Amino acid sequence: MRLELDGITKRFGSLVANDHVNLTVEPGEIHCLLGENGAGKSTLMNILFGLLHADSGEIRIDGAPVTFADPGEAIRDGIGMVHQHFMLVPVFTVAENVALGFEPTRRFGWLDRRSARAQVRKLSTEFGLEVNPDAVVETLPVGVQQRVEILKALHRDARLLILDEPTAVLTPQETEALFHIMRSLKASGRSILFITHKLKEVLSVADRITVMRLGRVVGSTAPAQTDEEALATMMVGRNVELVITKPPGHPAGTVLQLEHLTVSDERGVTVVEDVDLEIRAGEIVALAGVQGNGQTELAEAVVGLRPVRSGSLRLAGVDLTHTSVRQRIHDGLADIPEDRQLDGLVLSLSIAENLILDQYDVAPFAHLGVRNLSAMRANGDRALNEFDIRAVNENVPVGTLSGGNQQKVVVARELARRVKALIASQPTRGLDVGSIEYVHRRIVEARDDGAAVLIISSELDEVLALGDRVAVMYRGRIVGIVDPGVGRETIGLMMAGGGTPSAGNEGVTEHVGVSAGEEP
Amino acid sequence: MSVVTATLPADPGPDEQEIRSRTGRFVSLRRVRGMGIFLIGLAVIMVLPFGLKVPSNLSAIFTLSEPPSITVPNLVQPVRATSIGLAIACAIVGVILITRKSSRGSYLIFSFGTLLFLWSFLVWVGRGTSLNFVSLLAETVIYSTPIIYGSLSGVLCERSGVINIAIEGQFLAGAFLASLVASATGDVWLGALCGAAAGALFGALLAFLSLRYGADQIIVGVLIDAFALGLTNFLLQEIFTDHPNLNSPPVFTDIAIPGLSKIPVLGPALFDQNAIVYGAAILLVVIHLALFRTRWGLRVRAVGEHPTAASTVGIHVLQIRYTNVILGGVVAGLGGAAFTIGSYGQFTSNMTAGLGFVALAAMIFGRWRPFGGLGAALLFGFSISLVSFIGVLGVNIPSPLLAMAPYLITIAVVAGLVGRVRPPGADGVPYKRE
Repeated sequence: MRLELDGITKRFGSLVANDHVNLTVEPGEIHCLLGENGAGKSTLMNILFGLLHADSGEIRIDGAPVTFADPGEAIRDGIGMVHQHFMLVPVFTVAENVALGFEPTRRFGWLDRRSARAQVRKLSTEFGLEVNPDAVVETLPVGVQQRVEILKALHRDARLLILDEPTAVLTPQETEALFHIMRSLKASGRSILFITHKLKEVLSVADRITVMRLGRVVGSTAPAQTDEEALATMMVGRNVELVITKPPGHPAGTVLQLEHLTVSDERGVTVVEDVDLEIRAGEIVALAGVQGNGQTELAEAVVGLRPVRSGSLRLAGVDLTHTSVRQRIHDGLADIPEDRQLDGLVLSLSIAENLILDQYDVAPFAHLGVRNLSAMRANGDRALNEFDIRAVNENVPVGTLSGGNQQKVVVARELARRVKALIASQPTRGLDVGSIEYVHRRIVEARDDGAAVLIISSELDEVLALGDRVAVMYRGRIVGIVDPGVGRETIGLMMAGGGTPSAGNEGVTEHVGVSAGEEP
Repeated sequence: MSVVTATLPADPGPDEQEIRSRTGRFVSLRRVRGMGIFLIGLAVIMVLPFGLKVPSNLSAIFTLSEPPSITVPNLVQPVRATSIGLAIACAIVGVILITRKSSRGSYLIFSFGTLLFLWSFLVWVGRGTSLNFVSLLAETVIYSTPIIYGSLSGVLCERSGVINIAIEGQFLAGAFLASLVASATGDVWLGALCGAAAGALFGALLAFLSLRYGADQIIVGVLIDAFALGLTNFLLQEIFTDHPNLNSPPVFTDIAIPGLSKIPVLGPALFDQNAIVYGAAILLVVIHLALFRTRWGLRVRAVGEHPTAASTVGIHVLQIRYTNVILGGVVAGLGGAAFTIGSYGQFTSNMTAGLGFVALAAMIFGRWRPFGGLGAALLFGFSISLVSFIGVLGVNIPSPLLAMAPYLITIAVVAGLVGRVRPPGADGVPYKRE
């Protein structure tokens, strides 16, 4: 399919989300649409998929103009979309999800389940998307769920696939597997529109690259003609530091000390087992690992959101194992949580209120149980400037900010205290290049001010960029602590539970996920 | 991009139990042990008050045959010996539960244990006299019927994502109009039709307010209940006091199914009932099949679980919700008709007595499945009919206290005493197109 977007314009009130956007996707092409959060990529895709309607401009498929009133019409014309937040019914099986809306039936609307299953099997062999048609979707790993989304689009005979930030939720291995699938779709003559803000991915998989900024197309190029720095500059509009230059640290005495720490989940299953870890003042330890290997629970146990079953936790010599969150905050622990919208912020409260969530009841923000609102607002105003939070003023609800600015609010609050130790879980997840740079810089500054920092990240780039030492977690245990200099391959291997480097790495990676569940 | 080698590690230990918890009812082994201890506690009651405290010469006689079934001899049971025997069996079942390693099928075993207790209880109640076991079962079916309709109504609505608290009100409206129309025309079928229409009307009101305006479904539902109660009371006073002939409808007559109704004990209870009871059985099967085997059902469940996902494949979410809420009203209205023209005849003030809420509890207990709701409805129906039996036998328990029993069971069920259940993903969540 040859898709042309010609002069697409969309306004929301005074905001121009798409300003005369032109874009052409050739048949059998992987076309990357690159841009920061808020650049207008999602708006454009929603217009293309019939979820929004353009104020002006034209969509042409194979030269013929089309309009889509709803997603059903876009699907009919061969457009398939894999949404960033999967559109799958969690309790349905794979086959039911794939069939939904286009169900094979017999008489009286009776479902033909056998043919639905056969359809899934046929498509999955054809494109190497291995998945069990009878598996219940919510029990599948994220990477496999994404395959189901792709199968859904193929089942509807999509000739152009829109992938909206598909790698945001994937592990490095799953990402490689996805790229392999994308290449096989391309080989079958289908076009792919791949939306992302990750530069490495763009360069490794794209045929053409279109960059958007502030609702406009600011350039178009191909991987051979560009590099990460050039793309980042185009995307952000200024020079950005992709990998933070970090002076060597000057670690002092041990501040955060975990001894034989063991933690269970809600069902009583041990998820963190016998973890020993020491972090010194002025040092960043990056905890690497594939999601779901106990890092989240470890972080929750350290900040006090999850009980410790056995072992101990000390901060500057003080035993915190069984103390309250409040006590830990008082003792100098700061936390940038994994899910900022759930655990980091109260979205309906203002920026100023969110900035003092940890000290709303103490001076200067309260006196004799009465809050001092002007002190709160002054504090908010100061933070806006100091932390470069982009907002109209400190009184707007934090939920109206972009992801990057929300994270800056969390960082501003946590680093406002006298911090002895900082726990940062996935601190840059879902952030754009500019914000990532900023958050990284702040974390390094906290280290240089003498804090012990624990970074938990499933992004290898981040682990390597920030860590003074790298601890790797696998199945609840720390399998090793290494210098980041040992390289991506070694750490990647440790993340997968050790194993030996095999010949033909590429081949192994391609089958990632297919063999999920097997011991390496 | 450098390649990271190795296979993806297995998800760290989501054990078998956890996976099942997502698809069905989650039962921890601790809860299973709790059930076992509970059964042993019941066994103690069976040995002491039901067994040893009863004079050894007393017997309970269960009448097991009633027309049109073939005649079988009465069951004569010495109270003390029977109770102690049943107590031993119940204790063994309890021990089995306590020592189990897997929780699979525990509810079935537990239900068996409680049945043993109920049997012993009946023997104790019937000591020194005779108890018509067949009519106890028949009454159970009759009392269960409206609850079955109500729970089916709930299933239809909630599977599409709308909470129907208004079942109670739809019951009342259906009961009232069915009585009025059947009295005026002398036609029970027309009465049932109008009962269904009354339910549909209140269903449409719920749908309109909660889907069009996104009003809170629970609040709207409760208001509809209050409104229906007030309205039927008002009309009862305005119309029926002056025209009592408009509130004396004919009732559906029992139809004995040839052959099947001759089965001893179960025959008269299940196969010698009226059209409204048979209607519940037919609806049960039809709704079950439609929900789980047809395209329509797949779409309804998708809308109830994840409406946005449904809409991105071209399914009209609101259209399905409107249809289902109104259909739910129809079914609840028929359930209402069961109160008047299905059994009792006359309409009385607040005659549904909260059974609409009990039906909702039955639906929850039945995990939002038609046949699950059936089991729960029969349990509630049995407890109601048992209460009325005990009243007749003149057992020394205050009758208002007994009358609370079915509701206590309901509270226990809703509080999750009998297991954690998971509602449809988008149950009660208003849908807005982005």
